[in-house]
Amino acid sequence: MFVARSIAADHKDLIHDVSYDFHGRRMATCSSDQSVKVWDKSENGEWHCTASWKTHSGSVWRVTWAHPEFGQVLASCSFDRTAAVWEEIVGESNDKQRGLSHWIKRTTLVDSRTSVTDVKFAPKHMGLMLTTCSADGVVRIYEAPDVMNLSQWSLQHEISCKLSCSCISWNPSSSRAHPPMFAVGSDDSNVTYGGKVQIYEYNENTRKYAKAETLMTVTDAVHDIAFAPNLGRSFHVLAIATKDVRIFKLVPMRKESTSTGPTKFEVQIVAQFDNHNSQVWRVSWNITSTLLASSGDDGCVRLWKANYMDNWKCTGILKGDGSPLTGSSGQPSAMSTVLGSSVQSSQNALNGMSAGSSAWTF
Amino acid sequence: MEEVDVEPTITNIPAISDGKHMGFAWGPGDILVYETRYKASGASGSGCSFIHEIRKDEDIYSPILRKLFNESHHIFVGLQTIREDLPSKRDVNAQLVRKNPHSVFYSDIHFITLFSGTILTLICFLLKVSILLAIELIWNLCEVLFIDAAPAGSLLLHLLDWVRLHKADVDEKAREVLQSESPAEHRDYWDVVVSYVLQGRLEEVRQMLVKQANLQPAARSMYKQMDTLLSKMPFYNPGGTQTLTEFDVKWRHWHEEVDRCLQDNSFASNRHLELICKILLGDEDTLLDHKELLGTWYHFLVTRLLFCHPTVKLTELHYYAQSCMTMFLDSRSVPEPLDNILLAAFEFDIHQVIKECSIALNNWWFVAHLTDLLDHCKLLQSHNLHFGSNLREFLLLEYASGLFTHHSLWQLAVDYFDHCPEFGRVYLELQIERVPLETERKALKVLRVCEQRQMSEQVRSICKIMAMRALRNNRLGSALSWSIRAKDAAFATLISERFLQDYCAKGTFSDLDLIDNLGPAMLLSDRLTFLGKYREFHKLYGEKRFREAAKLLLSLMTAKIAPQSFWMTLLTDALPLLEQKEVSHQQQLVLGHGFLPHIALQKLHKKRLQEQKHNIPETRFADPISCS
Repeated sequence: MFVARSIAADHKDLIHDVSYDFHGRRMATCSSDQSVKVWDKSENGEWHCTASWKTHSGSVWRVTWAHPEFGQVLASCSFDRTAAVWEEIVGESNDKQRGLSHWIKRTTLVDSRTSVTDVKFAPKHMGLMLTTCSADGVVRIYEAPDVMNLSQWSLQHEISCKLSCSCISWNPSSSRAHPPMFAVGSDDSNVTYGGKVQIYEYNENTRKYAKAETLMTVTDAVHDIAFAPNLGRSFHVLAIATKDVRIFKLVPMRKESTSTGPTKFEVQIVAQFDNHNSQVWRVSWNITSTLLASSGDDGCVRLWKANYMDNWKCTGILKGDGSPLTGSSGQPSAMSTVLGSSVQSSQNALNGMSAGSSAWTF
Repeated sequence: MEEVDVEPTITNIPAISDGKHMGFAWGPGDILVYETRYKASGASGSGCSFIHEIRKDEDIYSPILRKLFNESHHIFVGLQTIREDLPSKRDVNAQLVRKNPHSVFYSDIHFITLFSGTILTLICFLLKVSILLAIELIWNLCEVLFIDAAPAGSLLLHLLDWVRLHKADVDEKAREVLQSESPAEHRDYWDVVVSYVLQGRLEEVRQMLVKQANLQPAARSMYKQMDTLLSKMPFYNPGGTQTLTEFDVKWRHWHEEVDRCLQDNSFASNRHLELICKILLGDEDTLLDHKELLGTWYHFLVTRLLFCHPTVKLTELHYYAQSCMTMFLDSRSVPEPLDNILLAAFEFDIHQVIKECSIALNNWWFVAHLTDLLDHCKLLQSHNLHFGSNLREFLLLEYASGLFTHHSLWQLAVDYFDHCPEFGRVYLELQIERVPLETERKALKVLRVCEQRQMSEQVRSICKIMAMRALRNNRLGSALSWSIRAKDAAFATLISERFLQDYCAKGTFSDLDLIDNLGPAMLLSDRLTFLGKYREFHKLYGEKRFREAAKLLLSLMTAKIAPQSFWMTLLTDALPLLEQKEVSHQQQLVLGHGFLPHIALQKLHKKRLQEQKHNIPETRFADPISCS
């Protein structure tokens, strides 16, 4: 792996989240400087900042894009106890020429009494729904019934998780085989009670979300959580960032026809890695769920991959080395091994290229 | 299959201090990382961090690899269409366009020298060429061993071909020598001769030796003797009538004759000829003395077999392979990845070949295609994997997923997914949605792929995205046609409303072409139907076909598909019809009274009364409602 380019983010304080849009042509960054920036990728791969504006009166923790079916919509959440929804307005042609765009606030969600720690849009087949979770332990699900009017959001569900919440993840599956489901992680540090991950499932009959599962084996604070894309499987895969990286498999058990409660799951742990040595802060899946990335206290980002026998191992590490940034964009690392060695000999070349890693896709 | 424990690669990120937290975000084909600090609350730090875009080493954007991907795609698709029940190896071979990958990139040399002159690019190119050469070496060997799988006799001939194909430098040197003034005195002359002997190219050896013989008339009889030996060396002829046993007997006789020449010291006075004699006998030490000319242990292996055991069988290969490798490599040197791969091939350990290739090569391309090929020859006894998938599919999915992030190679990837029965479809569904839709043309390309495969949800989603984008940019016509294609009634209704609102505001319709040619799509939503029919009404009126216009207007009113906000406009449109002769009295009455219970017309009605002399009874109306 190599650094292809480095973008000067220009935030005046720490960046807390970076989020690619659905097609990977735009990204949003948010920071403790209370602003959000939107960047557009040009044809030649260069990133340009097309908008930058103050969004909250406190650090902005997360920023996320809605599905492009709903237009160009962002949501942000902050230490200032609010979450906000933003929509891009197609500007004057002058602005377009200058490569600028405008974002306006459509709504502020003020229900939380504490810092809002995560904000996520539900899968698109559920409509335009936004979920927040807060340090006060409440998960809130809002819906915009009229997609053309983003200033109208109604609070559909308010779920008290009893423990301070740090992260939420929706199961992206749109299969009719499973009802809508999300997982909540808690960063409550009291290890005497377990169950720092709770899974909630929508019940068609009661029209409410009910707790389907609590992962009792997760007793340490959870900082991030991520459902893997479903890939047509009957079971679900959930990655958790806690004092280590954990991957769980949730297998729905067959429901009796009379049962009206939430699905029961068989919970299996698929992998557990403590290479980060201390806390793991973020976990995230790539698009095909073949790679999991995690970031931890050791200052590294690690990449995890399962081989075809479903054995997981670390296939790459990204590590800051504090070296100064070079002026030009990077070249593949193969370069350094080539210089000086004979390029005629295929033997040498293959050996030089031996990166020692099994190839993986993003 | 044991898992080889390989250390993960470490990539250093500049401008992020050692030990600082790193945030990340997955993108298509890359991962972004940035310095941050994770704390429960109120973390802050210095600003101006960098966001780094991290990519894989292997470069799917290289023009050389591009051509390779295209060609292997062609072969792959051809291979899949062979009848599943009868893939004889000959069929497979016939299908395999046995294009020498040399052709792929040598034709590109010209291209490369044109397109970029930097040293870096050139080295990169040469590196890729070298890797491709290595890959070709492996691939050809796999073909020889696994697909051709020739019996004893022919096997050696195939191996000889294989070695000769990959040792092109001999011919270059030979050309240089022959083009010189006095070839026999050229300093590389004997090297060339010996190299030819090592490759079993005895005709060329004889031709070269003639030149030397001419220079040394005194030694003519010795050269004649050597020439005879060389000409009599038996080579197995697979198409001939000679059996393997007969060949073996003949070969042994010849071998004994050569040995006798050596024992007789026939060539003792000429060290070069004596050397050739020893090589012909397959003398190990002599061969090992010429490591430089052999170059590799596998050349050594084939040469040794040629001169010691030309009737070698496939099953015997691995004995020789391991020992040759050990003998050739110094005790100091460790086998390199390429060596391991080739050795695994000679040992017929296909799984090991694949595993070693996966480790050594950055791109799944080779491994995926090789596995697919072997699978088609039923050579791959795959383990029963998770979800019932198999190794072939796993590798193909990996490879194709890698292609998908490329702005045009994604189209090749589609075919690969099509031929992965377990997960191909779901992988395709997942990834095709993410293809950026920069232009309408691209969107249509993506749509065609989805429509051909009845991926209706993806079709709907893509059309909806395009419709939304058009609507945001106020391109109502485009938005409408995309919603129709998405079969999104709700959105079509919304856009039709906008059209109607526009009409109220400006008095004309935009995008007339579209609305005029809606056809059956009009039925998608009531509002859309109304829009289409209303425009039709306008057309009829404009063509002065008043009776039909009136009839249409009537039906619009009675069918109750007109939005309430539009009734005022409809009635306003109705009024001029009241004074047309073609419109029947009854129609007029109905038109005039059509909406009476619902809306009031007082002001407008009075105005019309002043302008006409029709006898319309005055009725009481409520206040008019505006058109919005």
